[in-house]
Amino acid sequence: MTLLFYLAGAVAVISTLCVIVQTNIVHALIYLILSLLAVAVVFFSLGAPFAAVLEAIVYAGAIMVLFLFVIMMLNLGQHSRDQERSWLQARGWILPGTLAAVLLVQLLNVLLVIDHDFVPTEVGVLEVSALLFGPYVLAVELASILLLAGLVAAYHLAKK
Amino acid sequence: MFKLIQDTLISQVVTLWNVFRHLFVKADTVEYPDQQPYMFPRWRGRIILSRDPDGEERCVACNLCAVACPVDCIALQKAETDDGRWYPEFFRINFSRCIMCGFCEEACPTHAIQLTPDFEMAEYKRQDMVWEKEDLLISGTGKYHDYNFYRVAGLAIAGKDKGEALNEDKPVDVRSLLP
Amino acid sequence: MEIGSGLTIGLILGTVIGVAAMLIWVERRLLGLWQERLGPNRVGPLGLFQVVADMIKIFTKEDWTPPFADKFSFVLAPAIIMTVVLLSFAVIPFAPNIGIVDSNIGILFVLAMASIGAYSVMLGGLSSDNKYALLGSLRAAAQMVSYEVFMGISLLGVVALSGSFDLREIVHAQEDMWFVVPQFIGFVIFLIAGVAESHRLPFDIPEAEQEICAGYHTEYSGMKFGMFFVGEYLGLVLVSSLITVLFFGGWMGPAFLPPVVWFALKSGVFICFFILLRAAIPRPRYDQLMSYGWLFLLPLSLLNLLVTGALILMN
Repeated sequence: MTLLFYLAGAVAVISTLCVIVQTNIVHALIYLILSLLAVAVVFFSLGAPFAAVLEAIVYAGAIMVLFLFVIMMLNLGQHSRDQERSWLQARGWILPGTLAAVLLVQLLNVLLVIDHDFVPTEVGVLEVSALLFGPYVLAVELASILLLAGLVAAYHLAKK
Repeated sequence: MFKLIQDTLISQVVTLWNVFRHLFVKADTVEYPDQQPYMFPRWRGRIILSRDPDGEERCVACNLCAVACPVDCIALQKAETDDGRWYPEFFRINFSRCIMCGFCEEACPTHAIQLTPDFEMAEYKRQDMVWEKEDLLISGTGKYHDYNFYRVAGLAIAGKDKGEALNEDKPVDVRSLLP
Repeated sequence: MEIGSGLTIGLILGTVIGVAAMLIWVERRLLGLWQERLGPNRVGPLGLFQVVADMIKIFTKEDWTPPFADKFSFVLAPAIIMTVVLLSFAVIPFAPNIGIVDSNIGILFVLAMASIGAYSVMLGGLSSDNKYALLGSLRAAAQMVSYEVFMGISLLGVVALSGSFDLREIVHAQEDMWFVVPQFIGFVIFLIAGVAESHRLPFDIPEAEQEICAGYHTEYSGMKFGMFFVGEYLGLVLVSSLITVLFFGGWMGPAFLPPVVWFALKSGVFICFFILLRAAIPRPRYDQLMSYGWLFLLPLSLLNLLVTGALILMN
């Protein structure tokens, strides 16, 4: 399980890097899907199979499909690839690279300070549901209201 | 609401049942090479050239068939024998163009060109679909056994002068005053 | 045999792919019967070796990649559908001692694989750089994303009744009564959504030959097309076995036949039913499909879930 975790983590990191440097947008999306699936495997190896499957269904399965759907409509060709390449110059990497390095240092600090005798326990569907409809029921309801508002707004915009 | 259920569910289930019942119906397929279909005698298939009861070619090279042919698949050249009979020097049908319409048979004044129930004319080379007179001529009379053009036509040939054909009167002598 | 051993995995993989290949022949013969024809009967006894002939043909055909295609996605697309459908078979319990994994998220795993399967169709159409392929994959994307929703919701009634996502537990929960009785509406919705997910007729709108050539696999040939083709049949087998497991008691049946035979028989009936659907029902229009799904099936499946939950709480 530990090996699986590190392997999946490495796949996630590498494929996310590929998303950034890839100039062909469809290939970038495929790497993004791969990264999400790798994160799902990470969840699975941490003992959260429900979260893993939801990651695959919702993020990789539904949201990314909509991304791809939009890209299909755009008809991006060589022109957009050249444009992407022109954006990927060394000058553009300085600020985001610095910010990411700061975050990395903080993250390493956190990881080194906290004692990580982390024993994965299985969090099944039942536990997740009990938490969602127990202490966090208000958050669930708020989220559903937000989604409903989004739905109504989308219907209103599309109707015109 | 009821109409929706009727359209989406009930009518589909009825269709499914009706199609399912075809499981118990005998198949209509004729397994052709193993099981030869019955061909009607007047079916329009491969074209032949027939001979008259005396064994001579019926075709008089009048070109009416070539004119009638909607796809121009018939080509022929007139020639004449010493005794005055007309015959085709060559007679060529390109079966890769022929549409088996039978117009040539209808146009033919001498019943020479006839369509037969044979339809198995597949070839590996396209050039083999062009049939010459030797390939087209049969030794029999086809569908009309007693008909002989030169015996009923007024044309004079060697051994048969004007007025000697069947049911033909002697030619009128226009210089005579007698009726 | 024990669950998850290498021998079992190999046997299941071989059987599933073999059945999917045989379906080429079964489907054509059955369609022939229902249309008062004979179907392929030349190659071997009853035309059985037609499968072999088709295989030889598909393997030796020129495997052509169009020069204008995006090669990476073009090659990836058919591999995705095969992988995804074969992975889904991992969680299906074929008999008490035959199966690969007993996962406590079995149904969700199948749903996740189905949703990833949508990429195969979309990437295939997008990378072909062809108008018909693009139209087909646009349709496929909308259709598969929509019908996944009802597929998932229609299953939740079964999950609520059995109290588990594990497919083996679900089969055990049906010892007294098959779930098709209390969950008949769920069964019908799952059946319709299953046809739409595996995009077979009457819902083969992504590849409607009469409208858009062959849809998303217009540019595919040779073994890459073959993988789409076999993937579709594998999807058919998958949906049939899922229906058997979820609604018709899986391997359960009178004891005079071994359990795995019962499973095969029940799945076979559903495979034949799907072929009958293809023979009988005409294809709906694209907008009809979408409005039928969202305006009729979605409320119905939600209502079904609501009533099921209420009844469980009452008892």
